[in-house]
Amino acid sequence: MLKLDPNIPEPDDFYEALIKAHRGLSAEQSGRVNAKLILLLANQIGDLDILREALAKAREGVEPAGQDATLEIVA
Amino acid sequence: MVMAASIDYEALRLPATPRPDAETQRHPVVIAGAGPIGLAAAIDLAQNGVDVVLVDDDDRLSTGSRAICFAKRTLEIFDRLGCGEAMVRQGVGWSKGRVFHRDGQIYEFDLLPEQGHRRPAFINLQQYYVEGFLYERAKALPRLDMRWRHRVAGVKIEGEGVTLDIETPEGGYALKARYLVAADGSRSFVRKALGLESHGQTFRDRFLIADVRMEADFPAERWFWFDAPFHPGQSTLLHRQADNVWRIDFQLGWDADPQVERQPERVLPRVRALLGKEAKFELVWASVYTFSCLRMESFRCGPVFFAGDSAHGVSPFGARGANSGVQDAENLAWKLRFVLRGQAPEALLDTYGVEREFAADENIKNSTRSTDFITPKSEISRQFRDATLELARDCGFARQLVNSGRLSKPSVYASSPLNTPDEDAFAGALIPGAPCADAPISRDGRDDWLLSVSGDDFALLAFSPSPSQIEALRAFSSGEIALKIVLIAPKTAGFVCVADDGLAAARFDARPGTTYLLRPDQHVAARWRRFDAAKVDAALRRAVGEAIRC
Ligand SMILES: Cc1cc2nc3c(=O)[nH]c(=O)nc-3n(C[C@H](O)[C@H](O)[C@H](O)COP(=O)(O)OP(=O)(O)OC[C@H]3O[C@@H](n4cnc5c(N)ncnc54)[C@H](O)[C@@H]3O)c2cc1C
Repeated sequence: MLKLDPNIPEPDDFYEALIKAHRGLSAEQSGRVNAKLILLLANQIGDLDILREALAKAREGVEPAGQDATLEIVA
Repeated sequence: MVMAASIDYEALRLPATPRPDAETQRHPVVIAGAGPIGLAAAIDLAQNGVDVVLVDDDDRLSTGSRAICFAKRTLEIFDRLGCGEAMVRQGVGWSKGRVFHRDGQIYEFDLLPEQGHRRPAFINLQQYYVEGFLYERAKALPRLDMRWRHRVAGVKIEGEGVTLDIETPEGGYALKARYLVAADGSRSFVRKALGLESHGQTFRDRFLIADVRMEADFPAERWFWFDAPFHPGQSTLLHRQADNVWRIDFQLGWDADPQVERQPERVLPRVRALLGKEAKFELVWASVYTFSCLRMESFRCGPVFFAGDSAHGVSPFGARGANSGVQDAENLAWKLRFVLRGQAPEALLDTYGVEREFAADENIKNSTRSTDFITPKSEISRQFRDATLELARDCGFARQLVNSGRLSKPSVYASSPLNTPDEDAFAGALIPGAPCADAPISRDGRDDWLLSVSGDDFALLAFSPSPSQIEALRAFSSGEIALKIVLIAPKTAGFVCVADDGLAAARFDARPGTTYLLRPDQHVAARWRRFDAAKVDAALRRAVGEAIRC
């Protein structure tokens, strides 16, 4: 089960560290750091059910406005 | 049978087959398309006593550069069809791959790290050789009637069969069949003529396929680069084929112009960048592709069965196109044979769709995942891809996520209605529905392989049966269904007996008494810890579809 109740003993320290990790970075560089961070944390969690729950929670309420570069085909 | 590699199968022209006089008979099976899938299906049927007509609109085997990687399971099927040895001799065997990112190796893998297999994980062999060796084998079969430059130009499903309009250079004729196998490729005429469609997705990317002939000392391994120094920002794949020909596959991106990119003046500098300025090579083929993953919703339409590229398509990363198609052919051939002989109900034919549509989904899933990694479909998926590659340098977990192609493996039909579920406890991979593992054995003192002993019919493998089980096996009758009983045991009068040095028993998790029932396509149908005639009989009937309710 994905934890939604507090689980980080020093929440302000964590948040500060998270923001610090991006200090001075361009949006693109931050994107790279975030991507690595997600991969590292996902491996740490190591439980696909929880990861799926987290993905769904993160996606909640976001209406797709982008487009994937694949084309539907019929042959 | 001539199987000399000296024949230039790439250039070989097959004489157009004269138009037959008005045909009145209905053929049991007609196959449309003599690509690798149509040829394999035709051989399998004809070598097992079914008369087959194979029509192809062309007079050449595979043209240009297409499939090169043929997987172990496919080679085992070709062994059963009598042409595996010629292919393996001509091809370049390999099982190792390396993945590079920029100038460093991030990952290497071995697809077959253990000993005791007849065939390597893969061979690389040009598709025209594969078709050439299949063609030689097909020619030797009296029940196989191959007709070149006979194009299917019309398809009508009528009652319990199909009528085809065939066009030849000398004019048309009607060809009637009880069953039609549509192996007429990705642009399948038969599919369109029946108003059917294949659905899926195309990836916005282009790939240059360049084949070059050269003397080079790269090992026979699959080498894949992300963002190589010689081809920045894109991927590159290198494979060795027969006759000192190397396949290089350069990712170009969606904006590349396919007409321009295939010109030698564009291709040669790319190749030189990889091989070095001094490299001496000759460009033998260049073409530009865009890849899709798609499939038909149903592989059966009444008396018509779709197999190979007509039924499904994948990107080549993973080599799942021809390999899965050959497994379609094998799956379908024995079922048609049994139904035509009256040894199985019609419902058996529906399981072709059930099993091979499942396999197609698995192949499409794997191929799509690889293509999504190689060709990220959005900015964020590119970021995750690049992050994965950067982490892969020093993080083992990220190496597992790097996907340069998950290479073809045969499907396990774990939920097939033809399986008899286990009642006894077993360990290992050979669950009902799994393709049978091979193992070295000896027979009358000669070295052989388990799969070549099992043959084209149902087979019962009995490991070290007790004397009372041997008597029960002797008394067992499988009725009208041919069953080959093989004892993995010392010589016993009246039985085919083979000796195992332990590998077969280990792979089958066998103990004295363990019994496996194999289907004609060498997938496991059922297994028990001891032979029980009633159970084997029930499993055999189930495996030919008698338990399926229509
Ligand atoms: C660049 C590239 C690399 C690939 N690499 C691999 C790989 O490494 N491994 C792998 O497994 N797969 C690979 N593939 C896929 C593989 O080539 C195909 O999956 C395979 O050829 C499919 O075989 P098929 O018999 O279904 O169709 P095809 O090979 O297309 O054969 C269809 C046949 O039907 C005939 N035909 C068509 N219409 C008619 C008609 N109306 N009447 C009569 N005959 C007709 C055609 O002439 C042809 O002979 C690759 C493909 C490409 C393009």
